[in-house]
Amino acid sequence: MRAVIRLLAVFLRVGILNELQYRTNLYVQLFRSTISLGTGLAGLGVVFSHTETLAGWSPPELLAILGVYFVVSGVLRFAIQPAMERLMEDVRNGTLDYILTKPEDSLVLVSVRAVEVWRLADVALGSVVIGAAVTQMHDRIGTWQVAGFVIAVLAAVTTVYSFLLILTTLSFWFVRLENILVIFQSMYEAGKWPVDIYPAWLRGALTFLVPVAFATTVPAQALAGRLTPVGLGGAVALSASLFIAARFFWSVGLRRYAGASA
Amino acid sequence: MTEWVDMYRAQLATTFATQLQYRAVLVIWLLGLILSPVISLVVWMTVAASGGGQAGGFTAPEFAAYFLTLMVVNHLTFTWIALDFEYRVRNGQLSGLLLRPTDPIHIDIADNVTYKTITVAIVIPTVIVLGAVFEPAVTITPVTVLAFIPALALAAVLRFLVEYILAMVAFWTTRVSAINDLYYVPLFFFSGQLVPLSLLPDTVQLIGLALPFRWMLSFPVEVILGRVQAGDLITGYGAQIGWIAIAMVARVVVWRAGLRRYAAVGA
Repeated sequence: MRAVIRLLAVFLRVGILNELQYRTNLYVQLFRSTISLGTGLAGLGVVFSHTETLAGWSPPELLAILGVYFVVSGVLRFAIQPAMERLMEDVRNGTLDYILTKPEDSLVLVSVRAVEVWRLADVALGSVVIGAAVTQMHDRIGTWQVAGFVIAVLAAVTTVYSFLLILTTLSFWFVRLENILVIFQSMYEAGKWPVDIYPAWLRGALTFLVPVAFATTVPAQALAGRLTPVGLGGAVALSASLFIAARFFWSVGLRRYAGASA
Repeated sequence: MTEWVDMYRAQLATTFATQLQYRAVLVIWLLGLILSPVISLVVWMTVAASGGGQAGGFTAPEFAAYFLTLMVVNHLTFTWIALDFEYRVRNGQLSGLLLRPTDPIHIDIADNVTYKTITVAIVIPTVIVLGAVFEPAVTITPVTVLAFIPALALAAVLRFLVEYILAMVAFWTTRVSAINDLYYVPLFFFSGQLVPLSLLPDTVQLIGLALPFRWMLSFPVEVILGRVQAGDLITGYGAQIGWIAIAMVARVVVWRAGLRRYAAVGA
């Protein structure tokens, strides 16, 4: 674990140094994040000008979902997505060799080495939105709710990471797969709203086929105090087993890897 | 005249062959096409359900009809010209196109028309399946269809021109995506993609009156669903034609200014 943190810190520093060369990108990113947040907020505003609650969710609770959506997508685009894109490219070009010859766990290396620093703007904005949502909720938020929320967010990030790792590992078999990540991105859009509003078939797909429900709805439920301990345990168990499955699948895929020179 | 027919025919054949090469991309595109309207549809059907069966004059099945129609009209009017144009200017590909005897806009028109012709074969079955799922209230009559056709054609022309003008920003800055983001926000709100325009707050609707976005997407949808009065129909066509006239002039002006700029870069 210490090695992971140390490596992450190193790559993060390199990533920041790299990005500091292109400072305009920060403003472009801030601009985009603000626009996309503004659109989300205005959408909520219009919805709640016509109703008091949406499928039992109050305005501050939906605001919390929007905040979680931004935080999770910020983490996704900050580290997970760039790493997976690089990995696919390396498998295609055979340059994964350079990773495999290094004396660290290859999965750790591929997961931390590419970061897009300014994407953290989404995490920051999302956190502000969550904070605002919390102050508007009627009931006081207890320690348990906060703890449950933090655990649910960690489980959400782990689930998304594991899911994308499994998809990316498929590139050991099918070389051309970049588009598969784009599919996830567009499905993730649905996570701006609680999955309970979707019809059963779509809800099922968003829960089990693509884990969008675990990424945004479950953490927001935890914050609103609607998540039972069993529900939280289920989310954690799912993320843990998905992670183990992804790791196993990775080692299987790695055996398939032929390399550039092999 | 025959030259034009030949030119368009050649371009159609090229686009057709290109599109068939990338079938996997079509799946992704289909998902993108469906997902956003389905999300809006579900949200507003839920709002209608919690508001005693209707919200702002729309019942749940009427929302379904609205968003499914919008999906089709959005497909028929959307363009990807900004991406193409940025690429062309950045790589200097435009130089080759400028050597041809006709304005390159004809390539894009032909490209767009062919693409829509091919993809409509996928969109129609998709909408039928979604219709079976969401059970929209179908209020389409022969009269509204007749009124719809010119509204749709004018909307497509207007949207194409507006997005073409925006794409030409690439002459001045090679990164157009930020400007595109900025364009999609008012488009999303004022063209009826978020919600039927009559459900927006009054002040927002007033702002929308001064903008071209309604005429690019929402208007044909309202027409075919029978939500536009006969008198407003004529005013609507008039507004569409007026905006098209403005956009045509603006396109030529920007195109000429841009070309001077393009040559100056030394491509």
